[in-house]
Amino acid sequence: MITKRIIPCLDVKDGRVVKGVNFEGLGDVASPVELAKFYSQCGADELVFYDITASAEGRALFTDILCETAKQVFIPLTVGGGINSVADFDRVLKCGADKVSVNSGAIRNPSLVGEAAKLYGDQCVVLSVDIKRVNGVFTVFSKGGRENTGMEAIEWIKRCAADGAGEIVVNSIDTDGVKQGFDLEMLEAVCNAVSVPVIASGGAGKIDDFITLFKALPKVDAGLAASIFHFGEVQISDLKKKMAENNIPARI
Amino acid sequence: MVAIIDYGVGNLYSLKSSFAAIGEEAVVTNDEEVIRGADRVILPGVGAFCDAMEKLKSSGMADLLVCLAKEGKKIMGICLGMQLLFDRSFEYGEYEGLGLIKGEIRPISDVIDKELKIPHIGWNALHFVKNGCPIFKYISEGDYVYFVHSFYAANCDEATVATADYSAPLTAAVQSGNVFGCQFHPEKSGDKGLTILKAFCEI
Repeated sequence: MITKRIIPCLDVKDGRVVKGVNFEGLGDVASPVELAKFYSQCGADELVFYDITASAEGRALFTDILCETAKQVFIPLTVGGGINSVADFDRVLKCGADKVSVNSGAIRNPSLVGEAAKLYGDQCVVLSVDIKRVNGVFTVFSKGGRENTGMEAIEWIKRCAADGAGEIVVNSIDTDGVKQGFDLEMLEAVCNAVSVPVIASGGAGKIDDFITLFKALPKVDAGLAASIFHFGEVQISDLKKKMAENNIPARI
Repeated sequence: MVAIIDYGVGNLYSLKSSFAAIGEEAVVTNDEEVIRGADRVILPGVGAFCDAMEKLKSSGMADLLVCLAKEGKKIMGICLGMQLLFDRSFEYGEYEGLGLIKGEIRPISDVIDKELKIPHIGWNALHFVKNGCPIFKYISEGDYVYFVHSFYAANCDEATVATADYSAPLTAAVQSGNVFGCQFHPEKSGDKGLTILKAFCEI
């Protein structure tokens, strides 16, 4: 049976990993290539590179390290951040990305998901959504969670899935950074609305949060996190072992 | 030398890099002489069957591949590239394939449980239905590889080497003499995947 995927996300600025990382045996902790290799060896099932660069120079550095990573790491690689057009898809796919994640770019240009899916296939287009409850309504936020779009999240996700988004990353702003577990209520609402794979993001603080996620919501396909992996609070190899002990299908 | 056939379908950067990682020279090419001169040929592909087949035919690659297969050249199709090796596909219509492997391509929705997601995407375990396929020299029963597909090879028991369980056994790998096919992506299946490419280069 297909396994539940564990996906570390790396924020990259000017070609370097942003968040502080401290691993034994890792020479250059800010090198995305080194960190990607390290995670791949630990059993990560996929990697997400999130480009938070604003400048053109930074973007060029990002594509350089993406090419270098794809030369050395042979697991699926998703790229997000600054994806606003089909040309942006083309730029990162040529450097070895397998999937491209769109968020604010799809909100600004709602035909982007459909256009990209036609060109590169549904499997290539990942919709990432930042969601926050506003008066009890799941609401889409853009620009890294700073701007309320006023759009109801489930309708937005359904529309993008119909247009060809092959996977949905659900990032709960309400649980993000709190480290008290994933937003099960929000994730369940999304799982019930679409039939494409759903990736949970925001809120993981410990191994048990992943176990609870996959036990409570068997329809969730993957768990994504950043800082808990980077700071070594959760070792992916330990997490995979615990998943297997709990009869959650895991690649070990 | 390995020739990775470039017929305008998909991104071949990772595939080329994966051969470099195992120390094998690989070229991405649509040059008939280069392909004829190669020891081994990889037929990659993502996207729709009919578009890919059309491109193979119009570029002359279809005739060349059939000819090379008969001459005994070692050929491996990956993902859609594997599906193109078959007699025909029922992906949004009915289309003729290269006819190098007996069987046909059908939607996985025909055979899997209704509540399962399509595409079949992620890591799944290999189950061997035949032993001794040389590309799996370094692979054990239950090893995980990475899949992304919505169609699968059916009615091909003779050629099926391995399957993956997705409520139904989906064809994961096939062999007919010197022609091999992997539904999964060895170039995206970590170190295990690289050993499959290595073994292919050692045949």
